[in-house]
Order: sequence, then structure tokens, then C-alpha cells
Amino acid sequence: MNNIIKRYIPQILVILFVVLIFGFLTLNAQTNMDNRGIDFGFGFLSQESSFDVQFSLIEYSGSDSYARAFLVGLLNTLLVSFISIIICTILGVIIGVARLSSNYLIKNSAAWYVEFFRNIPLLLQIFFWYYAALRALPMPEKADAWFGVTYMTVKGYYIPSMVWENLNVFLYCGLAAIIAIIVLRNYANKLRDTQGKQIPVLLYSVGLLIVLPLLSFLFGGVSLEFEIPELKKLSKISYIYEGGISLPPELIALVLALSLYTSTFVAECVRAGIEGVSKGQKEAAASVGLTPNQVLKLVIMPQALRIIIPPTTNQYLNLTKNSSLAAAIAYPDLVLVFAGTALMQTGKAIEIVSITMLTYLTISLTIAAIMNWYNKKIEIKEK
Amino acid sequence: MIQTINFLKPNRDNIKNYSIIGTFLVFVSLIDVISNAFLKINLTSFLPGALTTLFPLIIGLIGLNMMRIDYSGNKKLDLLNKNINTNNFNALLTLLILFSIIKALPQSLSWMIFDATISGDSKDACTGTGACWTYIKVWFRRFMYGMYPNEFHWRINTAFILVIALGFVGYFMKENLKKYLALYYVIIYPVIAYLVIYYLISGGSFGLQWVETGAWGGLSLTFIVSFFCLIFCFPLGMIFALGRRSNLPAIKYISICYIEFWRGVPLITVLFMSSVMFPMFLPEDFFMDKLVRVIIAITLFEAAYCAEVIRGGLQSLPRGQYDAAKSLGMGYWKMHIFIILPQALKLVIPGIANTFLALVKDTPLIFVVGLAELAGMLALAKTNPKWLGFAMEGYIFASIIFWIICYAMSKYSYNLEAKYKTER
Repeated sequence: MNNIIKRYIPQILVILFVVLIFGFLTLNAQTNMDNRGIDFGFGFLSQESSFDVQFSLIEYSGSDSYARAFLVGLLNTLLVSFISIIICTILGVIIGVARLSSNYLIKNSAAWYVEFFRNIPLLLQIFFWYYAALRALPMPEKADAWFGVTYMTVKGYYIPSMVWENLNVFLYCGLAAIIAIIVLRNYANKLRDTQGKQIPVLLYSVGLLIVLPLLSFLFGGVSLEFEIPELKKLSKISYIYEGGISLPPELIALVLALSLYTSTFVAECVRAGIEGVSKGQKEAAASVGLTPNQVLKLVIMPQALRIIIPPTTNQYLNLTKNSSLAAAIAYPDLVLVFAGTALMQTGKAIEIVSITMLTYLTISLTIAAIMNWYNKKIEIKEK
Repeated sequence: MIQTINFLKPNRDNIKNYSIIGTFLVFVSLIDVISNAFLKINLTSFLPGALTTLFPLIIGLIGLNMMRIDYSGNKKLDLLNKNINTNNFNALLTLLILFSIIKALPQSLSWMIFDATISGDSKDACTGTGACWTYIKVWFRRFMYGMYPNEFHWRINTAFILVIALGFVGYFMKENLKKYLALYYVIIYPVIAYLVIYYLISGGSFGLQWVETGAWGGLSLTFIVSFFCLIFCFPLGMIFALGRRSNLPAIKYISICYIEFWRGVPLITVLFMSSVMFPMFLPEDFFMDKLVRVIIAITLFEAAYCAEVIRGGLQSLPRGQYDAAKSLGMGYWKMHIFIILPQALKLVIPGIANTFLALVKDTPLIFVVGLAELAGMLALAKTNPKWLGFAMEGYIFASIIFWIICYAMSKYSYNLEAKYKTER
């Protein structure tokens, strides 16, 4: 009896407390909304949004619905996160490996890079790139070409766009190459396990990846043309580039700041991972006669990756969440488009803020779930 | 491929001559770059096109290659070889880093120091090509104290000194009062600090003029926000950490939901929530100051991170500690207060310091809801028509300030980590 009281009384009290708080808040919200004549509901999502978004990946105009505006914002958030994740991974791996270099200068420059970019608030870095560094770029008419065809100007970065014909044939060929590589790899593994033969899988894979898409150009009727941005005079003093893709300066500033900032954390994860593999492993692998390349590929990397991947995924998640700072420099991401403009127009504070938060929560929890599954999969299985 | 350049290899007999020639070549390459960067003289202009720019690199590589030997007996040479010259690739990277430092130095130095202006008190004083530190000088008080009236800045300073002094009381407490230390820091200190900041900075009584929170700003606001969030989020985090480890399902799952919810959303949406959604949930005629709402929102947010750090500490304690406490007949609260928490909290101090570091780096975000701390003041100053065009100086200044604060904190937490690691 005593035990039951001890077990259930606190739980009931806590649940009661939580219910009371929620009840109190809901009651307040109800009376407040009644007083102001606002009704609760998600019907506004299908209404016409009547605002424009500067940069969007899908067709969007003011006559589209709020739901589509939400999608535009979400896609912009995912785009900036995706580009930043790729760049920060490349930078992070290079810096992380450089921190373990035997070269005194490289080691210390990498360490200072990490200390420098990690200790400045991300918002300040975004502001610095957007308001200070990118504003110092030349006007369109004075810009020099980078690599001959791209133009970095104060109005954005202009790059050639690709004009495809029969793109689907090309994509199918790429898909076929990937499937062929997977089959080849499985076959090679089987061959190695049963007969002990080694096939140069990497060489064949690269070959497949190049040859199959090339074939599609020769026989599949695929063609690719580049549309190169060209300078055009709008008025006496104003010039603009036409054609190609223009990346707005907001996107560039955001990608620069996010990837530089997060690369320091990725670098620390990579360093910890490589340091975490004990020296004995390397020596043991060398003493059974593996070549240095095999030691790296078969012994060090599998163990290091096990340490590196979970915290790195966490950093990717942080990066995605941090990309919401885009709102501060008016890059039309989820927060700016939906929790900013849409909220201002509809006044549906509760609905819009909860949708925004739930979207981020879903992204986070999904990635966390995938990571947990992956962790379970690569766990050392002890007998 | 670069590893295969093996000509001009020294051996132990001729290393002396080789190292002299190698040093000479490296010096030639460095002098070439330095004269190029500092004096704008191109010593190798007689060479054709691309070779001019590559000349120092090639000469330097040959020089370093000639100096490289496994063991020479000469201490300095061996140290050099071991640290920056182990193979051709390393030598190349060494030279590239040296050259880029030399190339970047004169430009940034002249912009920041030699061509910069600091005299005068208006934009007209800045005529040079360098930075305009006059801008920082004129706006310095605004960056530090926001729109707080100039004649009352002593109030902010006094309040900060008082709060910091009260924070150090723990160090000088008498031995027999030490057992109340936790009580002091968790309950008494926050209350006193709140009263000090309320009566000194807000004013309104004791003959001090009332200054509304809208006028607060600058770096001092950053400190106020992070200070309150830290002292409030710590106890809250502790409760949720204990809740998550509880074996009562209702408490456990409520804690998990709380922690995972706050950890899954970005701070900026939380701030949006505090500014547009939160007022809807308050009773009708109940007004809550914007700053207070923001502090509550950040506290709730950081408490989730704090809880995870503390949970890590709780988990790392060996089971024996729990069993021993239980076998002495201690209940849940007695066991946690006297046995578990004192040990666990000591373990998590570095982690808490890291959380606090993240918190300080997050505070500029309150700019988004219209509170003008340092980043917000910069945005204001930048758009002032009298001072257009000095964004660079402003952001560099703010970055330096934040960098110093955060670097010092991260070094401190690193030291703490090292200290507590050895004790266990």
C-alpha cells in the first residue's frame, strides 16, 4: 500500500500540474482570441497569399496559397542547409586532418582556424559577410569573370545554367550505373569471401560512372548546353546579367557563414574520431602485412567513422536549425516567409508558429531516429 | 607524384654545404615574397609571365629539399626538418602558408592600423583609405549600454560590479557556512541579483529615475540576458535531468517530451514564439515585459540542453553509489541531495560551461525580436545617415569583443575539464 502511494501520488500530481498549466494557457488563449475576434483554424493555408518571394526553387507568385508559400520557405531552408552541409563537411575533414599533421605550421593554422570561427557568434558572422564583405564586391558592369563564365557581383553570383535535352535518359543511365556498381560490389565481396580474389572495384565503378552517361550522349539523344550569363543594360547606370542562374547575396552570405562556422565543429569531430582509434590497431594491421592504404581503408576508417558520424550528424542538425538565422538578412527561408511575412498578413500567431516549430521538430526527430538506427547498426557486436 | 623528386639528396658528409645552399635558397624565396608584399618591388620581373609568381615557390622547394635529411646531428636543422619539412608535400604546404601570411599581413595591417583614423568625432575625420575607428569611438557608449541615458551609465557599472562581487562570496565564506553554499547559489543569489539589477538598472525608487527596458541594450544587455538565463536554466535543467532518469513512467516521459521538444526547434522560432504567441496565452490584463519574455524563452530553451549535460553526469556515476546510498536506508531525495548530485554536478561543470558558452553566442539572436544588444546596436548605427558605410569596422569590432569573451570562456572550460579529469 505504502509502495503504491509512493509510486502513484507523484505521477498523478505531475500530470495534474501539466494538465493545469495547459488548461490555463488554453483558457487564456480562448478568451484572448474571442476578445480580439480571431478564430482558430488552419483554413488560411488554402487562401491566396498575395505576397511575393524573391528567391524560390519552385514556381511561385502572389496568387498562390499560403501552403505553397510554406513549401517555398521549406525548400529554401533545405537548399541552404544542403549546400552548407556539403561545404562544411569538405572543409571540416580537411581541417580536422590538418590538425593531426606533423607539420607545425599546418597544425597551428588549423587550430587557429577552429578557434577563430568557433568563437564568434554565428549571427555576427552572417552580418559580416552580408553587410560588410559582400557589399565590397564590384557592380555588375565592373565585375571580372571568374573561370571565364561566372560573375561575382554585389547583386549576386551569376553562374551558367545547364539546358538539357532528354534529361530523363541521362538520369536513367546514371541510375543504371549506380545499380551496376552495387551489383559489382556485392559480386566482388562474394568473390573475395569464397575464392579470395580481389577485383579493383573502385576503378570499375569510376569507369561505369563515366562510360554509361557518356553513352547516353552518343546514342540516347541527350544534349547539354550552357547558358552563360551576359551583361545587359537596363538604364543609363544600371546593369544586370541575363541568362544563367543567379545566386542571391543572401544565400552566399548564409552559406559562407554556416559552413565556416559548422566546419570547425566537424573538424573537431573528425580529429576526435581519428585520435580515438588506438595506435595498437594500426600497428597490428601493419604487422599482419596490410599495405598503408589497406590499413587506412580496412582498419582505421571503419573504426574512426563509428566515432565520427554520430556527433557529425548532430552538427548537421544544428546547421539546419541555425539556417533559420536567414531571417536576419532577409533570405526567404521558412522562418522569414512563413513565421515572418505570412504571420504578419494573417495574424494567425498560434497556428503559424506551431507549424514552423513542428516542421523543425519533425526534421530533427527524423534525423535523430535515422541516426539511432545507424548507431545500432554499426555498433560493435560483442559475443 | 611530388614525392618522387629525389635529386639533390644530401647525405651526412655533405649536409653542411647542402644546408647552407638550401637555407640561402629559402631566404631568397622569402625575400622575394616580402619585397613583393611590403615594398611592391618585383625582383624577378625579368622572368616570363607565370614563372615570376611561381619563382619563390620553386626556389623554396628546392632549398627545403636540399636541407632534408633523416638525421644530421645539428639540433636546429633536425628540429626544422622534423616540424615543417618531413617531405616535399609538407614543404610545399609550409611555403604556401608562409607566403599567404606574408602576403596578407601588409594589407590588413595598413587597413587596421597604419592607414586608420581614430581622431575626430564625426565622419569627416575619416579621409584615409584605412579603417575608421572614429566610428567605434563615437558610438562606443551606445555599443556598450544601448540607448540607456548617458548620465546613468554608472548605474549599470555599479550593478555589474555588485553582482560579480556577490558571485565571489562563495570563495570567502566561513567554513561553518559552507554547507549553505548550494542554497546560496541556487536561491539567494539569483534573488539578490535580480533585486540589484531591478532597483539599480531599472530604477524607479530610491530617487533613481525609471529607465524602461526598451532603452537597455548593447553588450550590457548581452550580459544581463545570459546571466539570468544561466542561473535560472541550471536548476530547471537539474529537475528535468532527474525526471528523465526517474523510474516513474509519467514523470520520465513528460521530461523526455520537454527535452526533445526544445532541443528540436531552433532558438529563433522560440524567440518568435515569445514575442508573438506567448502574449496570447497570458491572462487578459496581464502585461509582461518583452525582455522578461525573452529571458523566460531562452531559459526554457537552454534548460533542455542543460538537462542533457546533467543527465550525462548522472549516468557516469557508478551504480555502486546508488546501491550504497540505498543500503544505508536513504530515500530518493536524501540520496540525490547528499550523495548523487554533489558528485554528478562536479563532473558536469565543464559541460555546463560549454552550454553557457553556446548561450552567450546565442544572445545576439534577441536582435530578431527587436531588443538591441550589440548586434542590434550595430544594425542601428549602420543605418544612421551620418555614419553610413562603416559596417566593416562595426562588425570587426563586435567580432573581436565576442571572440575575446568566448575564447576566454572556452579556454577556462577546457582547463576545468582537465582539472576534473585528473581527480577521478
